[in-house]
Amino acid sequence: MQLLDINLGAVVDWSRAQFALTAIYHWLFVPLTLGLGVLVAWMETRYVRSGDEFWKRTARFWMRLFGINFAIGVATGLILEFEFGTNWSNYSYFVGDIFGAPLAIEGIMAFFMESTFIAVMFFGWDRVSKKFHLAATWLTAIGANLSALWILVANAWMQYPAGMRFNPETARNEMVDFWAVLFSPVAMNKFFHTVTSAFVLSAVFVVGVSAWYLLRNREHRLARKSIKMASVFGLVSSVFVMWTGDGSAVQVARYQPMKLAAMEDLQQGQSRAPLTLVPGIQVPGMLSVLAHHAPEAYVVGIDDLTQGNPERGLLSGEEKIARGRQAIETFAAFRAAQKAGDRTAADSIARLFDPTTEQGRAFHDDCFRYFGYGYLETPEQTVPPVPLVFWSFRVMVGLGIWFVVLFVWMLVLERRERTEHRRWLLHLALWSILLAYIASQAGWIVAELGRQPWTIQDLLPTVAAVSRIDAASVQVTFWLFAALFTALLIAEIGIMTRQIRKGPED
Amino acid sequence: MATMEILQHYWWFLVSLLGSLLVFLMFVQGGQGQLCAFGKVPGGRQALIDTFGRKWELTFTTLVTFGGAFFASFPLFYSTSFGGAFYVWIAILLVFVVQAVSYEFRAKAGNLLGMKTYDAFLVVNGCLGPLLIGVAVGTFFTGANFVVDTARIGQVQASAATISHWTTPWRGLEALADYRNLSLGLALLFLARSLGLLYLLNQLDQPALRERARHLLRIDGGVFVLFFLVFLVSILFAEGWGVDSQTGAVALEPYKYAHNLIEMPAVLVLLALGVVSVLTGLVLGIGRASRRGIWFAGAGTVAAVLALLLTAGWNGTAYYPSLADPQSSLTIANSSSSLFTLQVMSGVSLLIPFVAAYIGYAWRSLDRKPAAPAERD
Repeated sequence: MQLLDINLGAVVDWSRAQFALTAIYHWLFVPLTLGLGVLVAWMETRYVRSGDEFWKRTARFWMRLFGINFAIGVATGLILEFEFGTNWSNYSYFVGDIFGAPLAIEGIMAFFMESTFIAVMFFGWDRVSKKFHLAATWLTAIGANLSALWILVANAWMQYPAGMRFNPETARNEMVDFWAVLFSPVAMNKFFHTVTSAFVLSAVFVVGVSAWYLLRNREHRLARKSIKMASVFGLVSSVFVMWTGDGSAVQVARYQPMKLAAMEDLQQGQSRAPLTLVPGIQVPGMLSVLAHHAPEAYVVGIDDLTQGNPERGLLSGEEKIARGRQAIETFAAFRAAQKAGDRTAADSIARLFDPTTEQGRAFHDDCFRYFGYGYLETPEQTVPPVPLVFWSFRVMVGLGIWFVVLFVWMLVLERRERTEHRRWLLHLALWSILLAYIASQAGWIVAELGRQPWTIQDLLPTVAAVSRIDAASVQVTFWLFAALFTALLIAEIGIMTRQIRKGPED
Repeated sequence: MATMEILQHYWWFLVSLLGSLLVFLMFVQGGQGQLCAFGKVPGGRQALIDTFGRKWELTFTTLVTFGGAFFASFPLFYSTSFGGAFYVWIAILLVFVVQAVSYEFRAKAGNLLGMKTYDAFLVVNGCLGPLLIGVAVGTFFTGANFVVDTARIGQVQASAATISHWTTPWRGLEALADYRNLSLGLALLFLARSLGLLYLLNQLDQPALRERARHLLRIDGGVFVLFFLVFLVSILFAEGWGVDSQTGAVALEPYKYAHNLIEMPAVLVLLALGVVSVLTGLVLGIGRASRRGIWFAGAGTVAAVLALLLTAGWNGTAYYPSLADPQSSLTIANSSSSLFTLQVMSGVSLLIPFVAAYIGYAWRSLDRKPAAPAERD
């Protein structure tokens, strides 16, 4: 039997690049779907309640943009789902018992809802009753957001693996508590943070496009009503984004301290840690407050995690690698005992992997929780690319604050009926569409690049998760996807801008 | 039967049912694949777009759900096949990606690539989608070149820790060289085309288009029957991979799939009913251009494909045999999720009738009035 030889480092790099490429493109389209769906449903509700044809016309205009965006989001999403199998086959097996479930539930519970009712939403205006059509529009929006829930539960589980245990018989992690997976604090926080940030992006999009109409002296009523509605929606969503952002900081400090250290470029841990606004400007003690809600709290630094800090009870990277190897070798000993037919030895080792026993709990805390470190060679491999994570975080937060200012400003002007007169602000609102996409991507860069090298936090690094395919194959598919997605993105932007220029139909 | 065994069989049934529904719903692919053939009839191209443009999302969703359900219930298959037969699965993904945008983008101003390119995407998806999926599913019967060793997780060297390996550099493309896989692929392609034509006969009123559909159905229906027979006969007479219920050892068994059908008479009846129903649908369509042909052929497709997939996985059969190492072959017992996960997923599966009901209701509501020309555009 001949096994194919591969260059592992290159395969990991190209597989990561391909996944990042697909995820980035996917996330260019999804957030607008999530938020615009809700806004369109809201507009249509106003139409059904008031009978005012203006709202029907407005809803149909934004719905058209929603439709253009929807198809390409679906296309890139399909690739993402299957890439877990094609490029990360070891991952798919090692945690497929847990990770596959949310993807399947997404399909059954959310995706069918979305795809069924979107057809009614687009083609049902003259075919179904007003109320059924409205229900279809809401169900499309709910389906899209339910879909996001299951995907984000799956993603959160990778960052904070809860509700599972390792089964040495099958050599994989298995789900033992579905509710712990679904309602883990990280999952809930991630869902609300991500979805409300998508609402903010959609609100900025609507405000920006409406601002363009005002700049062109067109569609005044549609633009002003849309600005008002989107600004309220965006402002309320921003409050949730900030609230859940605070929750994220606490969770990252607790479960992914290396990510927090990278976000702050904090080499040495310290008490009363300052928050760096930009290099050279710091707010004393603020990082401790944000990460632990206590000004005196100690915030862990990169060196604490790689070199260890006995005073704080932090193991060095070397120690974690040694303990991880011990866990892996214990599993190998279990399999060797099984192969040799030594049932007694195998059962004895198997008990170590049972966290319901005292012995199992001790083994879990001492060794198994570092399982993934065993595949690494040096502690430095656990440090993510700091500058990119550091700056992405600042871009995300800074732009998030700007959007709050923009929404408030727009609402104030709208109240004073002065919106059309601040042309420079309308220009700024238009350009903010681009900024919203940058902020949204920056958020994912912090979340995903900040957790490198882990596919499953502390349990499976990318190097042990990747498929046994040759780098050249992944290079080919990477460039193929890059060319295709870029062409489709250009096409989408082209179609969108034409539709916006064309305006709503009478 | 123990709970675990029941759930493994239940989930193989559900995955098979999703697979069979996917094959039926590929009437969208079959229909759009004939854009050129209908281009010669005035209004033909637009009629095809209007008819299938309202249905593509459901086929796409079924494909995604099929993938998700397979991942959740049989993760070892997901890991082994997708990571191994890399080129085949990537090709399948690509042809579906280009379809997803084509209906929405094709007629819109500023679409960069022009209508002809998007129409070409639809034709490519319509032809290669069913063909490649058929070839990939063919390996459920004919086997694939891989080895699996879960003990490799115990290697601290990451490069040695991968549990599944493909043993040919063709990464799944070698399946095209087996005439049985190719027969199934071609059978699926021409079945999808036939279903697409029957659906058109159900939906359209224009005499010229109906006559064209009927004419094409004669060719596509005939070719489908030919390739399906080649596949079915070759499988019924072939050796299959049986699993020893005591030891789990996998070994070749003569006439395994024929035996499976005899030992599972309900599946045999389902297959026979399915085949007869598909043939009835074809005869109704070809002979009388009947609108009801799609119902017979559609139901028959679901029944026949479901029966074939059950034959591949039930009755102690390796549903994904390894040609490189028979003991690496995947069975519903050795590749499934844990008992707990299957139980959770089974709870979720109770939603399926509800989902089917609202899909049916929505479709009926939309189909009550005929499609307006160029509606989406």
